[in-house]
Amino acid sequence: MADYSAIIKEKKDKSVLMDWLTTVDHKKLGVMYLIAGTLFFLKAGLMAVFMRIQLMFPESNFLDGQTYNEFITMHGTIMLFLAATPLLFAFMNYIIPLQIGARDVAFPFVNALGFWIFFFGGLLLSVSWFFGGAPDAGWTAYVPLSAGDYGHLGMDFYVIGLQISGIGTLISAINFIVTIVNMRAPGMTMMRMPLFCWTSLVTSLLIVFAFTPLAAGLALLMLDRLFGAQFFSPDSGGNAVLWQHIFWIFGHPEVYILVLPAFGIISEVIPAFSRKRLFGYTAMVFATLIIAFLGFMVWVHHMFTVGIGPVTNSVFAIATMAIGIPTGIKIFNWLFTMWGGKLTFNTAMLCASSFVPTFVLGGVTGVMLSMVPVDYLYHDTYFVVAHFHYIIVGGIVLGLLAGLYYWYPKMFGHHLNEKLGMLMFWMFYIGFHMTFFVQHILGLIGMPRRVYTYLEGQGMDTMNLISSIGAFLMSAGIIVLVINIVYSALKSERVVVSDPWDARTLEWSTPTPIPEYNFAQVPQVRSLDPLFYEKIHGDGKMKPAEPLSDIHMPNGSILPFIIGIGMFVWGFGMIMLNMENAIITPYAVIIPGFLLTFGSMLVRSIKEDHGYHITVEELKKLEKEVS
Amino acid sequence: MANELSKPFEKSALSEEDLYKMNKEKKVQITSFAFMIFLTFLAFIAVATEMVAPAFAVPFILVLAGMQFFLQMFYFMHLKDKGHEWANTFIIAGVVLSTPALIALTFLLGMTKY
Repeated sequence: MADYSAIIKEKKDKSVLMDWLTTVDHKKLGVMYLIAGTLFFLKAGLMAVFMRIQLMFPESNFLDGQTYNEFITMHGTIMLFLAATPLLFAFMNYIIPLQIGARDVAFPFVNALGFWIFFFGGLLLSVSWFFGGAPDAGWTAYVPLSAGDYGHLGMDFYVIGLQISGIGTLISAINFIVTIVNMRAPGMTMMRMPLFCWTSLVTSLLIVFAFTPLAAGLALLMLDRLFGAQFFSPDSGGNAVLWQHIFWIFGHPEVYILVLPAFGIISEVIPAFSRKRLFGYTAMVFATLIIAFLGFMVWVHHMFTVGIGPVTNSVFAIATMAIGIPTGIKIFNWLFTMWGGKLTFNTAMLCASSFVPTFVLGGVTGVMLSMVPVDYLYHDTYFVVAHFHYIIVGGIVLGLLAGLYYWYPKMFGHHLNEKLGMLMFWMFYIGFHMTFFVQHILGLIGMPRRVYTYLEGQGMDTMNLISSIGAFLMSAGIIVLVINIVYSALKSERVVVSDPWDARTLEWSTPTPIPEYNFAQVPQVRSLDPLFYEKIHGDGKMKPAEPLSDIHMPNGSILPFIIGIGMFVWGFGMIMLNMENAIITPYAVIIPGFLLTFGSMLVRSIKEDHGYHITVEELKKLEKEVS
Repeated sequence: MANELSKPFEKSALSEEDLYKMNKEKKVQITSFAFMIFLTFLAFIAVATEMVAPAFAVPFILVLAGMQFFLQMFYFMHLKDKGHEWANTFIIAGVVLSTPALIALTFLLGMTKY
C-alpha cells in the first residue's frame, strides 16, 4: 500500500498551477468552466456596451461600421458558444455527478480534454483581433458574406476557432450522457433524477445531434475558404441557401441547448425556496423531451423571408407554435410549485422567480415571430433582437445567476453577500427591461438590426437612449456581482454545514468543502428528492449503499492541456494558409500543431495509467477531517 | 490491484454457456453478412443490367438500403441484444431527428418552391 500513499503525496506536492492544469476532477473543471465562461461573458458584454454607446445618439461616430460589424459578430458568437455554453457546462460539470451520487463523470480525462479544447478554440477565435480584425459576417456567418470573396481573414478564425471549440463541447456532451446513463447511484432511477440532470441529459443529446451538422457546415465553409471548393457559390453550381439550412439545423437546437439547462436550474431553485416538491415532475420531464424533439423540426422559421415557399413556411410555422405548449406546461408547473409554498425571496429565488414572467414575454414574441405574414415585417428588425435577448438574458442569464447564488456555498464554501446580491438583481432586472423592452417598439417602427447607426428625427432617438442607459445599468449590475464575488471571498462567513439552504437533492448531502471523491460511500436513493426523503422518513443523512472501501481515483494529466495547445497551433496554421504576408510558411505551424495533437493522443494510448486508490484508512482520516 | 491491471489473464473467464452463445452469435453474424452481400448484389444487378426498369430501380434500391441499415444496426451493431436499450434509444432518436431534416432538405433545395 505504501506506493499509493506516495502517489497521493506526490499529488499533494504539485504546485497550485500544475494542479489546476492537470486536474481531471469534475469539480475543479466546473470551476474552470465558470472562470473561462465569465471572462468570455465579460468580454462580449463589454462589446455590447460599446455598441450601445454607438447607438446612444443618431449618426454617432464612436465606432465605424466595420468595427461595429465585428462587434456584433463577436458579441453573438462569444455569448452563445464561449460564454453561455461553458457557464452552463460549469454547473453541469459540477452538479451532475453530485446530484446522481457519482464520484466523477464517466470519463474524467475526456472531461478535461473537452474543457481545454473548448478553451483554446475560443482563444483562437479571440486572437483574430490581432490579425486584421475579428469576423464580421454576423454570428450566423451567411454565405456569400462569409465566403472567400467577401469575408476577410477574420472569418477563417471564426470557421476554425468554432470548429475546434465545437469538438470540445461535443465530447463534453457525450461524457455527460454516459455519466447520466451509467453512473447513477443505486436507487436513482431515471424518474427519480433531479430535473437539472434531466435537462442536462436532453441538452447533451441535442448537442450531439446539433453540433455535428454545425461541424459539417463549418468543414464545408472551411473547404470553400481555404481550399477553393464551391459548396456555397452558386456560380459554380453550389447553393448559398444550403449554408442557411445547415446553420439553422444547428442553430435552432442551440437555443434549446442553452435554455434547457437554465430550465433545469430554475426547477432546482424554485422547489428549494418554495419548500415544496416540484409540481408535475413527470410532465416537466416529458415537456423537456418534447421541446427537444420539436426543436429539431422548426429551423426554417429563421428563414421565412428567404422565399422557400408558402407550404413549407406554414408547416414550420405550425411546428414552431407547437413548442409553446410544452413550454407553457413548464411555466405553469413552476407557478404551481410556488403556489402555496413557503417562499423565501433571496437573490437566487428572485432570479429564478423573475425568470418566469420574463421568459413568458420572450416566448410570446416568439409565437408572434412564428406567424409567417407578420414575420415578413418583423424580420431583421430590432423586434427580433428584443425577442431573443428576452430569451437569452431574461431566460438563460437569470437562470445562470440563480444557479450561481444557489450553488455558490457548495462550490466555494461561502455565501455570496445577500445585500449586494439584491442590489445586483434589481439593477440587472430593471436595466434589462429598459434595454430590451423598448427595442420591441424600435423594431416595430422599423429600426433594422445589425446596422451601426440611424438617422435623426425618425422617432428612434429617445428609445435608443433609454435602451443604452438600460444597458449601462445592466452592466453596473454585473460589476456589482464581480464586486460581490471578491467581497464575499474576503469577508463572507465560511459555510461549514453541508446543507445551508435546507434543500432537497443529493448534492447537499456531501460535506462542504466537497472531498475529491464526493461520496465516501455511494448513497442509497429511496425517492425523488432523496435528501428531503431522508430528512422526513430517515435520520436526515443518506443511507450508504456500499461498505467503506478503497476508492479508485483517476490520475491527473497534462495531456488534455497539450492537446488543446496542439489544436490551437494546428488551427492557427490552417488560418495562415489564407494570410497574405505570413512571416513563415503555414506548414511550419501546421505540422508541429498536428504532431503535438496526435503525439499527445499517442502518448495517452501507449502509456498505461490506471489511476490510484484512496485506501480505507486514508478515507477514514479524511472523513474525520471534513466532519 | 492497480499495478496488475495490465497483466494478461491466464485462463479465459468465459463459461461453456458463454462460448456456446458466442458461437451461435458468430453464425448469425455470418448469415446476415452473406444476406447483406446478396442485397448489395441485387442492387448492383438492378442498376447494371436492364432487368429492372429504371423508374422502379430507384425505390427498389432505397428499400434495399433501408434493409441494409436495419441489418447493420441490429445485427452488426448489436442493437437487437439485451442491455442495448440506451444505444437503441439514442440511435432511434438520431434517426427520428435526422430523417425529417434530410427529407425536408431534398425538397427545399430543389427548384420547385413548396
